[in-house]
Amino acid sequence: MEKVISWLDARFPLTASFKAHLSEYYAPKNFNFWYYFGSLALLVLVLQIVTGIFLTMNYKPDGQQAFASVEYIMRDVPLGWLVRYAHSTGASAFFIVVYLHMFRGLIYGSFRQPRELVWILGMLIYLCLMAEAFFGYLLPWGQMSYWGAQVIINLFSAIPFIGDTLSTLIRGDFVVSDATLNRFFALHVIAIPLILVGLVAAHLVALHEVGSNNPDGIEIKKHKGKDGHPVDGIPFHPYYTVKDILGVTVFLIVFTAILFFAPEMGGYFLEANNFVPADSLKTPMHIAPVWYFTPFYAILRAVPPLFGSGFPGVAAMGVSVMIFCALPWLDRSPVKSIRYRGPKFKIALACFVVAFLGLGFLGTQPVTPVYTVLSQVLSVVYFAFFLLMPWYTKYDSHKTEPERVTDK
Amino acid sequence: MSEMAVDGSKRRFLVAMSAAVGGVAAVGAATPLVMSMMPSARALAAGAPVEVDISKIEPGMMLTVEWRGKPVWIVNRTPEMLAMLGKDNDRLTDPNSDLDQQPEYCKNPHRSIKPEFFVGVGVCTHLGCAPSYRPEVGPADLGQDWHGGFFCPCHGSRYDLASRVFKGSPAPKNMLVPPYKYLSDSKILVGEDHKA
Repeated sequence: MEKVISWLDARFPLTASFKAHLSEYYAPKNFNFWYYFGSLALLVLVLQIVTGIFLTMNYKPDGQQAFASVEYIMRDVPLGWLVRYAHSTGASAFFIVVYLHMFRGLIYGSFRQPRELVWILGMLIYLCLMAEAFFGYLLPWGQMSYWGAQVIINLFSAIPFIGDTLSTLIRGDFVVSDATLNRFFALHVIAIPLILVGLVAAHLVALHEVGSNNPDGIEIKKHKGKDGHPVDGIPFHPYYTVKDILGVTVFLIVFTAILFFAPEMGGYFLEANNFVPADSLKTPMHIAPVWYFTPFYAILRAVPPLFGSGFPGVAAMGVSVMIFCALPWLDRSPVKSIRYRGPKFKIALACFVVAFLGLGFLGTQPVTPVYTVLSQVLSVVYFAFFLLMPWYTKYDSHKTEPERVTDK
Repeated sequence: MSEMAVDGSKRRFLVAMSAAVGGVAAVGAATPLVMSMMPSARALAAGAPVEVDISKIEPGMMLTVEWRGKPVWIVNRTPEMLAMLGKDNDRLTDPNSDLDQQPEYCKNPHRSIKPEFFVGVGVCTHLGCAPSYRPEVGPADLGQDWHGGFFCPCHGSRYDLASRVFKGSPAPKNMLVPPYKYLSDSKILVGEDHKA
């Protein structure tokens, strides 16, 4: 065995890579509950890729056959229902895990200098994930697939001057049709996953270059022992691999419980209208995107058209996603972690969480005058969290950060 | 070779030129790929005009036919419905159909060739949903001031019975009226008019 390893090491940095990223990657010793979600996101990515590969073996990306082929997978393919439900539940699980992972970054200041690039790469991963979810949702070719795609593609036609050509280019037709389905399949199974895997690798390499943040938001590299390793750091393997296995176990218990007992999650993970084949002449009475897009969808609906153009709403929705990228430069607080921040930031963050969840709820509901006003108010709160951040973080009070990580 | 001084500006010039030429080549190589994403000849050919028999549409009723993959509505408007058309003009975004959303011969108060038969593309100008036909006056869910029209379930856009959008709707424009012509009193051809 040793001979094989040394033969490989002479030709490929196998042991060196294992050390650099696992056995000698020193992570802060005070990771808590919030630090499970990075490794869980990786797990769900693998789950989606593996189940996806097996789904393509029976799926037909054809306007005439797509809906029937999904039903064929559900009814006739041995255990096909399990693979399909694992994939559809995995999509929602991916967003739950990623939202919690992002929230962790938000509360402990993991986006701050020197981790700006880790954060931006993470945002690009999130964008890929949204694209992946959107392209994938068309594939079952149900009513919700069809009209969801129709609405989202038409968002692009609101862009001044190039909009109409652009949306025709995306569809490959003047309406969502077989051509659209076929190309979305290509993007969903090969183009976006390739980019996604590349970005995940870059996210990890960039993280391991600067080192992980921790719940205290202080740099462990400031205090190094005689061996050159941070005194508050422990090797990722075996310490955090073991910890993450516990996280994986608990996650899989919850995941499989949903998979077996509530894979449609009362219409939130798979919408009822998507069990009706796509009909280009009839829009379902109430169309709503899947839950993970609803906060942004609510912002889209909250902005009224200006100067005879629907573009402002579309722009607001785009900005509401992309504005996360600016966080490293909006935050002016001298401390990173919420543990040492003052009341202004805590109140702002609480308002943001309420706005995000509130918009998420409103995005699932039909339009009423009261809900429209409510979503306008929450949209303002949402953007205020970001746009006012340079001021409320600068003038906020703060506690002194400790020199070394604490054992809370 | 080693005795010659390196001319840095010449190197930068050559690198910039190579990059520029390479960039042109990359754009050239990408062009056929992007072109292949535009509608195919088959998709373009699918836009053939559709012949519709309108004699079977009862007054107040609507018929939906498919043209270029989109729903086209033909509504047989009753005299009462036509009488309602002028009443909401001050609440409409474009009451006189000034925007180019209809053929010239339909730029009139009823937005049709014959006042009673309305022909329109049933695609909401907001985000492309198909609005539903709500001819009733003052229904509970749409309010007392609803005089009949089209309501989009996606984002709540409201249109009157000539597909003209109400102010305050997310939709910016009136819905499209396609080119069409009468082949006889009972038949119309959607997608082609006398100019073509």
